[in-house]
Amino acid sequence: MVLALLGFALVITLLLRGNNIALFNSKGTIAHDQRSLMVATVAILMLIAIPALFLFFFTAWKYRESNTHAKHDPDSHHGKLLVPFIWLAPASIAAVLAVMLWPAAHKLDPKVAIAADAKPITIQVVAMRWKWLFIYPEQHIASVNFVQIPVHTPVAFELTADEAPMSSFWIPNLGGQLYAMTGHENKINLMGNIPGDYTGSSAEINGAGFADMKFTTRVSAQDAFDAWVSQVKQKGNILDIVSYQQLVQPSQNNPASSYSVTQDDLYDTVLMKYMGPGMNMDMGMQ
Amino acid sequence: MKEFWLGRLSLHALPHEWFTIGGTIGFILMPLVALAILIRIKGWKWLWGEWLTSVDPKKIGIMYFIVAGFMLLRGGLDALMVWLQQALAPSTSVLGAAHGYLSSDHFQQIFTAHGNIMVFFVAMGFVFGLINYIVPLQIGARDLASPFLNTLGFWLYVGGVVMVNMFFGLGGEYAATGWLAVAPLSETQFSPGVGVDYWIWSLQISGIGTTLAGINFIMTILKMRAPGMTLWKMPLFTWGSLCSMLMVVAIFPLLTATLFLMFFDRYLGMHFFTTALGGNAMMYTNLIWMWGHPEVYVLVLPAFGVFSEVVATFSRKRIASYTSQVVGMLGVTLFALSVWLHHFFTMGAGGDVNAFFGVMTMVIAVPTSVLVFGWIATMHKGRIRFSVPMLWFLGFIGIFALGGISGVVLAVPPADFQLHNSLFLVAHFHSNVIGGVLFGIFAGINYWFPKIAGFRLNERIGKNAFWCWIVGFCLSFIPMYILGIMGATRRLDHYDASTGWQPFYIMMFIGGLVIAAGVALQIIQVIASFLQKRRLADLTGDPWDGRTLEWATSSPPPSYNLAAIPEVTTRDAFYEFKNQGGLPKTQYEDIRVPYNTASGIYIAGFAFATCFAFVWHIIWLVVVGILGIIVCVIARTFNDNIEYTLTAAEVEKIEEDRKKRTESQVLEDGEDMSVWEFMKIAIVWALGLIGFKRRVHGN
Repeated sequence: MVLALLGFALVITLLLRGNNIALFNSKGTIAHDQRSLMVATVAILMLIAIPALFLFFFTAWKYRESNTHAKHDPDSHHGKLLVPFIWLAPASIAAVLAVMLWPAAHKLDPKVAIAADAKPITIQVVAMRWKWLFIYPEQHIASVNFVQIPVHTPVAFELTADEAPMSSFWIPNLGGQLYAMTGHENKINLMGNIPGDYTGSSAEINGAGFADMKFTTRVSAQDAFDAWVSQVKQKGNILDIVSYQQLVQPSQNNPASSYSVTQDDLYDTVLMKYMGPGMNMDMGMQ
Repeated sequence: MKEFWLGRLSLHALPHEWFTIGGTIGFILMPLVALAILIRIKGWKWLWGEWLTSVDPKKIGIMYFIVAGFMLLRGGLDALMVWLQQALAPSTSVLGAAHGYLSSDHFQQIFTAHGNIMVFFVAMGFVFGLINYIVPLQIGARDLASPFLNTLGFWLYVGGVVMVNMFFGLGGEYAATGWLAVAPLSETQFSPGVGVDYWIWSLQISGIGTTLAGINFIMTILKMRAPGMTLWKMPLFTWGSLCSMLMVVAIFPLLTATLFLMFFDRYLGMHFFTTALGGNAMMYTNLIWMWGHPEVYVLVLPAFGVFSEVVATFSRKRIASYTSQVVGMLGVTLFALSVWLHHFFTMGAGGDVNAFFGVMTMVIAVPTSVLVFGWIATMHKGRIRFSVPMLWFLGFIGIFALGGISGVVLAVPPADFQLHNSLFLVAHFHSNVIGGVLFGIFAGINYWFPKIAGFRLNERIGKNAFWCWIVGFCLSFIPMYILGIMGATRRLDHYDASTGWQPFYIMMFIGGLVIAAGVALQIIQVIASFLQKRRLADLTGDPWDGRTLEWATSSPPPSYNLAAIPEVTTRDAFYEFKNQGGLPKTQYEDIRVPYNTASGIYIAGFAFATCFAFVWHIIWLVVVGILGIIVCVIARTFNDNIEYTLTAAEVEKIEEDRKKRTESQVLEDGEDMSVWEFMKIAIVWALGLIGFKRRVHGN
């Protein structure tokens, strides 16, 4: 049985070689902190899980029926210490975890800005059926299913959705996910530390095109980022309210594309479409 | 006119895809075969009079087992289909799909149906089956507080089972939304078809049945215990059931209300959870998880109860720290109501809210750990028999520990941002639901089977089945944890080959096949035990040297459970009686027995018709259905002739007959047959069938 387990572990290790183990292969500040937290939690849990499991299977083996040497006392009353022990042992582990968890949940709250030397940039994200639109309000450009960010620069992603069910914005190599919802803005701050291309996706099911709702996140040097921005502007594809109406129509497995944005309030219009009685019915509401 | 009579039903609703045609044939063929057999053996009247209309919780319990067993096969097939698709996914098309052999929409329907069926119709069905059969025996009650509510609850559950499978025959689509039909995806804007309507009504109809059953069992446990059995002397399975039923009554009305709000949105154009006009889908997420999280504990608390009984019995020792066990179960019950938000830390609630619910989740891990430590202390200085129920218990501890550790990691909000909606999460809850709930059910069935059937289950094949489940579980779910860590989200019908995920998905599918072999062995186990029932017969009523009152009566018990209800003075009442030289002799007394009734079937039938009419917008049938329910309920209320008396003399005669029959039986010698011996018998039997046919042709 030990051999079988070792063999199983070996097969799994071999299969893992050369692949992106996204949650351990952190390329950003947030993913890195989240990974440390996961590892610390598991380590603390092992303090109680390993002795408890060992004690469990050892007791089961020691008091097996065929072992006539072991004591048998059908009416045995446990010692006075048993009850305090079985409550305090797990409670103390839970307390340690709670003490670790409380500040971590605040520090790694996605809307908390990341402290860094570089000036943060903002990217507005609209989840659609079934693609991601990224609007760069400061650069006046936009892209679909592709987002480029400069390295070592905090990025504040502002998430909403349009004509789409709840979707979840997730780039596992850079950090955890957050939901994008219509008429609602969620903020998630991420920062890439190592240049490269990382896959992002919708982690929450949102209909037929769900599995293909993926995008590439390119973390690059600042000058490569600037070059990309000016290249997008030169290409001359325009995103305004008219071409936006085309874009928001449901479509699956979309290739990456990019636009110059001529309308500064595009994101706010999308957000406000769902708010209050004065909804813009032209935006295709039912 | 056609619209008036048929609503939105049309020829298009009839099956026309391979899976709907297959499903329809399956679901029409099975009842047809059953009907043919019944007509052949003229058993219809017996089935209707003795079983379907029965109000005996023991018979209702067995019926729950049968329906839940069939649904386990149905939900298991869904799981294999999901895994096969994912194993094939990066390859090119099969059967007309772009990837794998299923279209993404069909794939999404399958995992939705898998979740609904496994939680509502398998786990709930088995748990209610166990509670129905065992709790009244354990507390020394003759019946439930309301035998009628019990049959009604069962038939509403059956209505839900039929409704969840109805889409095969009419409509051709089930919800493609995930098992909780997340809003606004489940709103008409994004899911215009009848799939979500089938989802709403199958859950609604069975959920109401569950609420009724919950009320009934709370009344029974609180009011109908044997004299002297105070709450602190109750067996732990009864405690687990009581906690579970308290939670049912607390949360199922919430599900009913949420489903009604969704119904208002979809049918009356309201905007509770829509994207437009002030609808708030986040409210739906909250409401459904305020029900959904405690629901898991509704399932697992009775399983904990089973394990407490099994450990004590098979260690030949009293349960250690009974008080801690009870307080632990009550603690789980209480805290289960305050952790729901950990299902959506990622919706953006902010640090304080997330941290609070994270800490509450750590807190609920404490009473759960206390139960485990209590079981270890029980085994200490015991004499442990590794019979099949005990093996399921050992397997449970290993797998539940895995699920518990991963669960605590998920409860740390920043870690959850990475793990949520990934396969890690899916692997986590399968560890708890399979390891905790399903293994508990299997332990319970193996433990109480002799009581229910009158003969023990085959140990050899039972052990084979257990090992298949363990190996299959590891092969399926360890790769699933790893995939989650590699960043694979759940519910993907395809993915790029470059991710390197495929070998793990293939491993999961192979694990699924091993589990399927385990299920097949469990079926064989029951059949093989039936073939050897004269060898495995339980003549004493107490095959395991049991400790609680259900072992004080014969196997199977008479309809009135215990002929004379003893005065209980201690915990483990039956064990104490045995130590004192047997049950106290008491006078037989008159027993009031409820008549069987078909009212439950009629009411559930009308409820089913109403829900079906809602799915297809057939207004006249809605009206007829609701009127039918009202008339049946009123008619039942005016029926005063619902009980008859079994006189003391009759009871004595039944008991004497039973004693004579048991004494005249002789156990056959031999061993439990192995799988191979069973195969031999099966093949010889099958050959005989063919040979028989040949002879007919020859003539």
